[in-house]
Amino acid sequence: MIKLREKGNQMAKLNETAVQTILEICGRYKDEKTPLMMILSDIQNEYGYIPLEVQEIVSQQTGISVAEIYGVVTFYSFFSLKPKGKYVIGCCLGTACYVKGAQQIIDKFSEILKIKAGETSDDGLFTLDALRCIGACGIAPAVSINGTVYPKMTVDQVPKIIDEYRNKEGATA
Amino acid sequence: MSKIHIKIEGVPYEVESGLTILEAAKACGYEIPSLCAFNHGECNPGSCRVCLVEATGARGLVASCVYPVSDGMEIRISSPKATEARRRSVELLLSNHNINCQQCDKNGKCELLHVAYLTGAREGAFQGVKTPVTLDVLAPGLVRDTSKCILCGRCIARCQNAHGLSILGFENRGFNTIVSPAENRSFADSPCIQCGQCVNVCPTGALMEHSEIDKIDAAFKAGKHVIAQAAPAVRASLGEEFGYPIGTPVTGKMIAAMRRLGFERVYDVNFGADLTIMEEGTELLGRLTNGGVLPMITSCSPGWVNYAEYNYGDLLPHLSSCKSPHQMQGAVIKSYWAEQKGIAPEDIFVVSVMPCTAKKFEKQREQEKVNGIPDVDCVITTRELGRMIKRSGIIFDRLPDEDWDQDIMGDYTGAGVIFGVTGGVMEAALRTVYYKLTGKEHDKIVFEAVRGHDAGIREAAIDIDGTVVNVAIASGMKSAKVLLDEIREGKSKYQFIEIMGCPGGCINGGGQSYVRPAFLPNESDDILDTYKEKRAKALYSEDERMTVRQSHNNPQIIELYDKYLGEPNSHKAHELLHTSYAAREGFNEVK
Repeated sequence: MIKLREKGNQMAKLNETAVQTILEICGRYKDEKTPLMMILSDIQNEYGYIPLEVQEIVSQQTGISVAEIYGVVTFYSFFSLKPKGKYVIGCCLGTACYVKGAQQIIDKFSEILKIKAGETSDDGLFTLDALRCIGACGIAPAVSINGTVYPKMTVDQVPKIIDEYRNKEGATA
Repeated sequence: MSKIHIKIEGVPYEVESGLTILEAAKACGYEIPSLCAFNHGECNPGSCRVCLVEATGARGLVASCVYPVSDGMEIRISSPKATEARRRSVELLLSNHNINCQQCDKNGKCELLHVAYLTGAREGAFQGVKTPVTLDVLAPGLVRDTSKCILCGRCIARCQNAHGLSILGFENRGFNTIVSPAENRSFADSPCIQCGQCVNVCPTGALMEHSEIDKIDAAFKAGKHVIAQAAPAVRASLGEEFGYPIGTPVTGKMIAAMRRLGFERVYDVNFGADLTIMEEGTELLGRLTNGGVLPMITSCSPGWVNYAEYNYGDLLPHLSSCKSPHQMQGAVIKSYWAEQKGIAPEDIFVVSVMPCTAKKFEKQREQEKVNGIPDVDCVITTRELGRMIKRSGIIFDRLPDEDWDQDIMGDYTGAGVIFGVTGGVMEAALRTVYYKLTGKEHDKIVFEAVRGHDAGIREAAIDIDGTVVNVAIASGMKSAKVLLDEIREGKSKYQFIEIMGCPGGCINGGGQSYVRPAFLPNESDDILDTYKEKRAKALYSEDERMTVRQSHNNPQIIELYDKYLGEPNSHKAHELLHTSYAAREGFNEVK
C-alpha cells in the first residue's frame, strides 16, 4: 500500500528568472493547437527536470490541468520529475543489445556508481537510464552519454569511461 | 442524418449513420454489456474491452462503444466468440481488482460486479501481481481506493466537463497506471473542491463518499441528543434508493423513516434556508445602499466556496458572509433551541442529511464553529441515509407520510424548498428583497427567468419599483469561471450572482442517488438527460403547494428574530450565522 503524505515533498519556490524562462517557453508555442509536449521538452532540455511547481505554471499558461500534465510527465521516460545528473548514461537494453550482454554493462555502471537505473548519483554527476532500443543495433551493445554513443561496449570499458568523465570534472573544478 | 442498414444477430435494422455500434444496438433494442462507456460519449475510451462484439468489415472483435456502424454491417453480440471475449475482458479486470465485495460500500450498485454477472466471469481465471495500491482517506468528503479502479476515466471526464478542473488524471504508465490527483496526492492536498461529481460516475468502489454512519452510531451510544436535519434536494432523490421513479418527492416517508431511526428531532433545513435568505437578503440590500462590494455572490455551496478559495482568493470579499443553511440551522439548534430546551450544546449532536460530499468538508472548517463547538457534527449523503434506512429493516414504501418537527423552529416556506436547484436561492432571495425594498409582495412570486435545471449561465434584469437589479446564475465551475473572470476584469454588470458547485445545483449533488441506467430498468433510455429536470420539478411542485412562499413570512423566523437574534445582520446574528473565507494553496506543501 502506498502511503500518502509519506514523502516530504519539496515545494521549493521558483526564483524569478526560472519563472520568466518558463513563461517564455510557454509563449513560444502559444499558437500551437497541442503545445504541451513541445513545452515540456524545452523545459526538460533547459532544466533537466520538470517539478510540480513548474507544471503548475505550465497549467496556468495552457489551461491544461496539472493532473494531465503530470500524467504526460510520468508517461514518457524522457521527462523527469527529479533533477538529472550532469551526465546522463543511457544503456540500451533493446533486444539486440540485450543478447550481446547489455545487462552486464548496466549492472557494472550500477555497481560502480552505486545507483539503480533511473537514479542519480549523490554528487549529481551521473544519472543512469535503462533505454529500450536506441536504433543502434549494428553496434550493440550501445551506451549513449549525453548524446555521445559508445559502440560495442564491454564490461571492462565501464570503469574507464566513468573515470574519463570524473577526471574531466576534476580538471575543471 | 442519413439512414443506413445494418443487421444485428441476422435481423435487419435501419439506423442513423454516425452512431457507435453500442448506440445503434441500443436503438434497436440491445443493451450490449459495457463498462467504461458512459453518458453518450461523455466517456468512452474503449479501454475496458467489455463491450466487444463481432462486426463484418472489422479485423477481429471490436469495442462497440467506439466503433462506428457502417452500411451493410452485420453485428453479432451473442456469438460464442464475442461472449467469450467479453467474459475474458471482465476476468482480466477482476484479476487486478481488490475483490472484497462484502466490505465494499458500492455493493449493490457496482457496475463491474454487474458485468461480471452478465458475462459469467469465473473466479480467479487470471492470477498474478497487482498494481500498487493507494487508499486516500485524508479528505473529509471523498475516499479514493485505487485497488477498485478499472481506469475507465469517467471521473476525469466528469471533473473536466462539470468544472473544467480535471483534478484527477492518469498517472504513470503500463501496469503502474493509476487515476489520481497530480503526484498521487490526497484530495486534501490538491485543489479538489470535493463536490463528489466523480463519485457519481465511478462504476466501482474506487471513488466513494467518506461515510460517517459510524459517527451517528457512536453519538447514539454516547447518549447524545441526536438531531437530524435534511436538505431540500434530498427529498427529490431519496426515493430512488427504494425503487421510486426519479423525481418522486418522498418528503413524508423520509421524515417517518428518520424518526424511526431514532433521531430526537427531525428538522427541515428549509428553516435554515429561510434564515439564510433573511441574512443574505439584508446583506445584499446593505451592499446595494452603502456602496459595498458588488456583485455579491451566494455562499451556500461548499464546493463553490472551495473553488473560490483555491482559485479566486482575490474575489473572496464578493462572497456573502452568510453560512450555508444547514450550518446556520445547526448554530441555532446549539444556541436558541438548546437554551429553550435547557440542554448543553456539547450534548447535542447535529446530523445533516445532504445531497453533497463537500458539506462533509464544510462542517469541519474552523470558521464554522461557535465558541469552538461545531455547528454540525456529522454530514451524511442521501445515499448514506438510504443505507441506514435499509439496514434498519424499514420498508420505506409502507411508511406513513409524517411531518417535520416544528417546535420553536422548523417551520418553513416554499422559498426554502427551491434552494436545492440552480436558480432557487436567487428566486428565494428576490422574493424577500422585493418585499424589503417595496414594502409589498411581488404579485407573481415566481421569477421564471432565473429557473433552470442544468449547468450554464442564466441572467435576468429584475425591476424592483424602478430599481433594476441585474442578476446571474451559474452552476458547475466551468460556468462560474466565466462570471468570475468578468468580475476580475472589472466588466461584470451584475449586482447579485448565485453560484452552485454541481451542474444543476444540489439536485445533482455528489451525494445523491446514483443514476446508472444499468440499474434503472424502468426508467426511459434518456434518463441521463432528464433526471435533473425531474428532480427539480419535485422541488418546484413542493414550493407551489406551500401557502407561505416567502422567507420573511415564516412565523417562526419572525419569532426567532423577535426573541433571540434581534434583527437580520445584528451582532448576535453575525456571531452565529456568518462566517469568513481564506485563500488557500491548491497544491499545499505536504509535511
